[in-house]
Amino acid sequence: MGNFDLLMHGFGVAITPMHLLLMVGGVLMGLVVGVLPGLGAPNGVSLLIPLTFALDPTSAIILLSSMYWGALFGGSTTSILFNIPGEPSSVATTFDGYPMARKGESTRALTLAFMSAGVGALTGVIVITLLAGWASNFALKFGAPEYFAVYFLAFAAFIGMGSASPAKTLVSLTTGLLLATVGMDTVTGEIRLTFGLDQLLSGISFLVVVIGLFGIGELLSTVQEGLRFRGVSSRIDLRDVFKTIAELPRYWATTIRSGLIGIWMGITPGGPTAASFMSYGIARQASRKGEPFGTGRPEGIVAPETADHSAGSCAMLPMLALGVPSSATAAVMMGGLMIWGLTPGPMLFATKPDFVWGLIASMYVSNLIGVILVLATVPMFAALLRIPFSIIGPMIVVICFVGAYTVSNSSFDLWLVLLFGLVGYLFTKLDYPLAPLVLAMVLGHKAENAFHQSMILSNGSLDIFFSNTLVTSIMVIALALLVLPKTLQLSSRLRRRQPVE
Amino acid sequence: MTKIKTALLAATAVMAAAPAMAEWAPNRPVEFVVASGAGGGSDNFARTIQSALTRNDIVDAPMVVLNKGGGSGAEAFLYARQNAGDPNKLIFATNNVYLLPYVAKLAYTTEDLQPVAALALDEFLVWVKADSPYETITDLIDAAKEAPGTIVFGGSQSKDTDETLVALIEQTTGADFRYVPFNGGGEVGVQLAGGHIAANVNNPNENVGQWQAGAVRPLCVFAPQRMAESEPISGEMGWHDIPTCSEAGLDIESYQMPRTVWLPKDTDPEVVAYYQDAMTKVAETPEWQDYLTKTSQTGAVLVGDELADFIQKNEDSTVKVFQAEGWTAAE
Repeated sequence: MGNFDLLMHGFGVAITPMHLLLMVGGVLMGLVVGVLPGLGAPNGVSLLIPLTFALDPTSAIILLSSMYWGALFGGSTTSILFNIPGEPSSVATTFDGYPMARKGESTRALTLAFMSAGVGALTGVIVITLLAGWASNFALKFGAPEYFAVYFLAFAAFIGMGSASPAKTLVSLTTGLLLATVGMDTVTGEIRLTFGLDQLLSGISFLVVVIGLFGIGELLSTVQEGLRFRGVSSRIDLRDVFKTIAELPRYWATTIRSGLIGIWMGITPGGPTAASFMSYGIARQASRKGEPFGTGRPEGIVAPETADHSAGSCAMLPMLALGVPSSATAAVMMGGLMIWGLTPGPMLFATKPDFVWGLIASMYVSNLIGVILVLATVPMFAALLRIPFSIIGPMIVVICFVGAYTVSNSSFDLWLVLLFGLVGYLFTKLDYPLAPLVLAMVLGHKAENAFHQSMILSNGSLDIFFSNTLVTSIMVIALALLVLPKTLQLSSRLRRRQPVE
Repeated sequence: MTKIKTALLAATAVMAAAPAMAEWAPNRPVEFVVASGAGGGSDNFARTIQSALTRNDIVDAPMVVLNKGGGSGAEAFLYARQNAGDPNKLIFATNNVYLLPYVAKLAYTTEDLQPVAALALDEFLVWVKADSPYETITDLIDAAKEAPGTIVFGGSQSKDTDETLVALIEQTTGADFRYVPFNGGGEVGVQLAGGHIAANVNNPNENVGQWQAGAVRPLCVFAPQRMAESEPISGEMGWHDIPTCSEAGLDIESYQMPRTVWLPKDTDPEVVAYYQDAMTKVAETPEWQDYLTKTSQTGAVLVGDELADFIQKNEDSTVKVFQAEGWTAAE
């Protein structure tokens, strides 16, 4: 059990007063960054990098990664309370988190989110600890066709059993794909759909769209319905927090499944955002009874949060071991790594055990700190909802616009937020699902690139998606997820009809 | 009496000279606009300079790094165009500043920016997987001649430095490869280590981790002379043991990518002089030397006419490749 000894050694490195202080500081800063939409973990971490020049690499990475965990926790807060995802990966948390908060159970929603996030992170770190060597070999097996299969699976899992009408889902999905094509294409180098606007050259930022769709869109609906949050009278009590924690073991199946999805997507670099969507989709497909998803189902919060965090922590592994960041934040940290003079790659584990295992050990500690800090603030955050709408409404508008501007310091994005605010409002009013659009924006471009690369590799033959066991099995699962739910529905409808005949 | 006078005179002279030596200095935070995403090559370049300038007190004003990597860096150059005459914005790039306008229709021209300095040359190598059948660069080229269009070269982006180099190899040798663009050098490195592509032309820094681990190995480097001596990286081999490509029988003498710093156009000559001076000082700092060693780049401080010459030569030779491939955007 070499890894275990190394981990113990890592704890020795990680647990010093200085490092604990850095962890608390990092998590707190991350919470702030995570709560503000637009100012996401990647921005926050890159702002901190100059400060780390004075630290030794191990302390520096502990500070940066703690900030990342804090941001992941903080991102869920605004998703649940205001329907504004603070981080891209917490979009899926809005689907059930916000309805639950509106039912007056904001404390329960927040606690569910934070606890399952903590569990997810812990699962991720344990996997890193146990599988450090094996997992990076697994990731090497992923070429372009395998990536496409993974993205396809994410789409299939999410869309297979949408509750909205298929035609409306299709409209939403294709709109998202269309938006994802804007800008310069990696594979051909062509500039597409910019209509000569320089501001569109780098594409339409997914975050800007999400802030508009969810934040502004929701505000418009609220304004129309009488300038107040619906059903906000929530009783805030620490006892609620503990009651919710006691309720958690009931969702063990969802937790394990989502943890696994997160681990997989973190290692193969699919990313936390894809993981949370996929996990939500699969949880929805797996649920047999009870109220429908999207109305405040606890599993609808547990699933994306667990997956998001386990993917987030597992993403550190390909970054360290292969030099491939599977999330934007990991990419920034990798930049930091190079500045500190460390070369990410398989040898890093052998040449810098203090650094690698110090980081891994710190992930246990700082996630624990994160859960405690964030739980302590649940009553405070939940109390935000008691503030009258006439005060909080304008504040949300300000946060949305500031957040959108921070994404790339472009005032053009402010117009986009307004535009997508209207789109979000119309979509909600007309019962078009927003989720497929968001998913298509996150994964559309990556899926397209992977598909295009595969086609170059295979000379245009689709056989490449069934050319080895790995890619074939992913494709088969994806197709099954896409087709089976509808077939099952159909057959059960037929069965029900039979007695009548 | 005279002594005092002389002393006074000298003092005034010194006082007058002091501001003359630094006629201009930034009085507002300086924006480091990076033509790549966070974590990319230009990003590390800019952040190293930021740290060298801060730690050695070369520039007093605070410096903020701003990533504008959209459209292969075009976002940063358009930003420079919008901020013409602004002395508080430095743009960090490669040769993409002057090459991009040839292959894509963009709303800026190279004249919208003013070169300040080039500080390093990043090398290109041909890499293959460790257990690949190709022992030398000629093996690889012969194989491509035998089975045209089947050997897959991976690279970062489309019509960027990597694809240009592969095209140059094809034009020089008559071999025919299949080029697949990926998102960045790191990704291409892993694709090679996983055996999904046959070869790549990564910079040293992008593949060194995989080389250390013995997953990939270099065939040759596109430089006029071998790279600097180094500790052995993989087994017995260090950077200096890699043959140059012309040595190994591939007739391309040099293909290197400069790391460059630019200002928006229409800034005062004092501003340019100030930054040239600052960048020259950066090149002497230990932080910079460290960066060069760790990323295995060649240090090369070019300013003024030397820089202009270099850009002209680099531009001419690359555009020739573009034209032969038919990539130049229609006028």
